[in-house]
Amino acid sequence: MNRDVAIDVRQLTLIYGSNLIQSDLNFQVRRGDVFVIMGGSGCGKSTLLKHMFGLYQPAAGEILFDGHSYFTASSVQQSAMRQRWGVTYQGGALFSDKTLAENVAMPLEEYTTLNRRDIADMVCYKLALVGLAGFEHFYPAQISGGMCKRAGLARAIALDPDILFFDEPSAGLDPLSARRLDDLILQLGHSTGATVVIVTHELASIFAIGSNGVFLDATTKTQLATGSPRHMLDHSEHARVKEFLTRGE
Amino acid sequence: MNQATLVTDKTADDSVAITLQGSWTIGNTVPDPGQLTALANVNSITTVVFITAEDFAWDSRLLAWLMAVQRQLGSCLFDLSALPAEVGDLFRLANTVPASQVRVPGRPTLKQKCLAGIARLGDEVLGLLAFIGDMFIALGRWLIGKSTARWSDILTFCYQCGPSALAIITLQSVLVGMILGYLGVVQLRQFGAEVYVSDLVGVGMVREMGALMTGVIMSGRTGAAYAAGLGTMQVNEEIDALTTLGIPPMDNLVLPRTLALLLTMPLLCLYSNILGMVGGGFVATSMDITWLLYLHQLRDAITVTDIATGVFKGFVFALLIAMAGCRAGLECGRSSAAVGQATTRAVVTALIYLIIADAGLNILFFHLGV
Repeated sequence: MNRDVAIDVRQLTLIYGSNLIQSDLNFQVRRGDVFVIMGGSGCGKSTLLKHMFGLYQPAAGEILFDGHSYFTASSVQQSAMRQRWGVTYQGGALFSDKTLAENVAMPLEEYTTLNRRDIADMVCYKLALVGLAGFEHFYPAQISGGMCKRAGLARAIALDPDILFFDEPSAGLDPLSARRLDDLILQLGHSTGATVVIVTHELASIFAIGSNGVFLDATTKTQLATGSPRHMLDHSEHARVKEFLTRGE
Repeated sequence: MNQATLVTDKTADDSVAITLQGSWTIGNTVPDPGQLTALANVNSITTVVFITAEDFAWDSRLLAWLMAVQRQLGSCLFDLSALPAEVGDLFRLANTVPASQVRVPGRPTLKQKCLAGIARLGDEVLGLLAFIGDMFIALGRWLIGKSTARWSDILTFCYQCGPSALAIITLQSVLVGMILGYLGVVQLRQFGAEVYVSDLVGVGMVREMGALMTGVIMSGRTGAAYAAGLGTMQVNEEIDALTTLGIPPMDNLVLPRTLALLLTMPLLCLYSNILGMVGGGFVATSMDITWLLYLHQLRDAITVTDIATGVFKGFVFALLIAMAGCRAGLECGRSSAAVGQATTRAVVTALIYLIIADAGLNILFFHLGV
């Protein structure tokens, strides 16, 4: 087992309902990577991500975290694995009946033995990291969409995860906010040493932050290329990969 | 790993060094930031230097603690250069955006609450009248053929609130009929007049319980479904999309639902009446009254006027349930919690409307002599 590999995907087949989404996926996410899952709309990027953090079970093949599969692990091991992951969803997926502080506090209350004051300090720090200091007592409905995404990020990093999964973090944001969020993801990944797996089709983000990645194709229903986005652009023999990475220009 | 501890050491007139040792991690207890408040009282201190001892480990817990200390010490400068570089990076990142000064609206006083309550009641009445007005305008547009309400929609909703509800209406009606039957038999037996149980069950179901209990069931079933459906559409901005397409939600969403309920409720009431009488019959026949006698007595007891009043009530209740459900849905907020609130509001207001309308109609019928 290679210690540098955080996630090892082998011969993975994804089926959603009765539809084949992707098959024969093989790639490795190295520790500390910012790994980009890219591809056109409807190719199964989000589905692949949801398989990776254990929301859906693969139809065939396996996804190994440090050599262990989530789906064959015991419930205690699964819980331990989940604590090492942080997940953010497209719209933030904040609990709308809870304040931002209560949202971020939730994983801390669930998985740590910290007292109320310490949790409040942790929540303050996590919200400050994503630039939302002072918004502790706001409800998700009272803040903007971009702020909801950042609050979702604060909740995802509450437990200092080793692996951060992002589903379209910058979709729907203006270019400046998207850029700031990209910077934030990079800085957080760098400072906490976390591995980042990110689904996006924002070209600017792909080249700005991606150190490694996989390109999924909707037509052939398999991966067309792996490696860093720059390497894919320069060396991939598939026209569709180049077309995607150059916006068809 | 050792427990997290700190040692403070005044290195110069204006600076103090804090040595951190042990494990400053989420699983460990860390010193109370409050114990450093004394430093804040020494005005001459402007710089706090953090140093680490040999055995030192950290995660977010250290950063959260540093932020708490920073809040305690106010304007002091923090020198983190002796700590691991990542700690400094994260601390700077957390301090990049100054804390927002926007305040969450404070809690209202009792007087403000009362005034707001009265204002809300006024808005509620006005809103209700406006909604009824809009609904009748939409109905008018539909009648002259200028509405987008489609028969296919109306029939789909008819199926949802008619045939799909038959099972629960059946259960409810038979049981209510039996309850009335037992109630009547026990009381009437004291006078040797058990045979009149058919009058009590028949008139009770036809004039009152058939319509009212069907109304209660439909409030919980259809009223709630309307509110949840329209509320979710509001959250997904589907209602905004309709409005911008130039299709009034009143025509396209509210009218088909209301018409469907108006068409099916009177029929459900009739169905409920019949099954209620069957339920009462089970009780009567178990008390030495034959089916023939029970039915004969029923025929004498119930008039067409009785049936008509029950069906009319069903019609009125249908209008009220649809109105409560659709209005709660259309006025739903933009979050998932708001959908739950809208559904609760739909059911509660529908039930209140039902009781008030039922009482009003009974008074009216009494004075009209029907």
